[in-house]
Amino acid sequence: MEVRINGKPKEVPEGLSITALLAELGLDTRYAAVALNGEVVRRADHPAVLVKEGDRIEIVHAVAGGA
Amino acid sequence: MEPDEDLLTLGKKQFRSRLIVGTGKYPTFEMMREAIERSGADIVTVAVRRIDLGARGKGSLLDYIDPGRYTLLPNTAGCYTAEEAVTTALLAREAGLSDFVKLEVIGDQKTLFPDVVGLIEATKRLVREGFTVMPYTNDDPITAKKLEDAGAACVMPLAAPIGSGLGIRNPYNIRIIMEQAKVPVIVDAGVGTASDAAVAMELGCDGVLMNTAIACAKDPVAMAEAMKLAVRAGRLAFQAGRIPKKLYATASSPLEGRIDIE
Repeated sequence: MEVRINGKPKEVPEGLSITALLAELGLDTRYAAVALNGEVVRRADHPAVLVKEGDRIEIVHAVAGGA
Repeated sequence: MEPDEDLLTLGKKQFRSRLIVGTGKYPTFEMMREAIERSGADIVTVAVRRIDLGARGKGSLLDYIDPGRYTLLPNTAGCYTAEEAVTTALLAREAGLSDFVKLEVIGDQKTLFPDVVGLIEATKRLVREGFTVMPYTNDDPITAKKLEDAGAACVMPLAAPIGSGLGIRNPYNIRIIMEQAKVPVIVDAGVGTASDAAVAMELGCDGVLMNTAIACAKDPVAMAEAMKLAVRAGRLAFQAGRIPKKLYATASSPLEGRIDIE
């Protein structure tokens, strides 16, 4: 199924949880956070929340910046 | 060594250094780490952005800044609405960075001046969410008061536009903001060199936040130390109490006992 991750279309297997999706993407998620369709998903909810067809997913982390 | 009794209190935390530094615009992460180390800062600002999905195994900012040593201060830079800023702060907290936020709601791309209406709204919402909110604002005493009333942990008026290096453009407004504020006042943005930071502290500000002045100096590591010393010198001068300015000279050697040659 297709979802949008960080603004780009991406094919992912069906029935993935957020935790499984992050593992599938192979990202360093120690200091990462996820928003699903504009809503922040709490870290504790990552294993239970499933990704669905057409979902908009934002995965963010800390980068260098000042103001 | 700074005296223990002169700590900066923000929310539930206390800090020894009154200099807050950013992590942007450095040529390399190694140089950034060295400059931050030399600045003596306890609080370090970071931005929150999309992860690069193609960046498997590449180094990340937090490999160079130990979150156990520094208090991370995520910013909401680049947010143009209260909604975006609130979501960015929530994401930063969920990412485990901090429940501190350097709150920016930008009103205009060219000046990067704040949208104070959105800023006050976002401050209220994030205070309700339990954040220690540090809003970047105009040098406007009325807005500063409203931010304080909304529950901000400090107010951070700009000295001059972000990255401009123009120094403190309106010291009189900064003084008015300080006179009425019951929360710390931190000058955020516009500092160009060490004397600008010293002036802010001599006015009685509680701290200074900067990024470009250090990161874009010819020698960022040396400038980081200059800023550390300037903030400290300005603070001490403020506490010591400067002499009044006078138009004419006042001798500092005694008038009595002068020789008489005739």
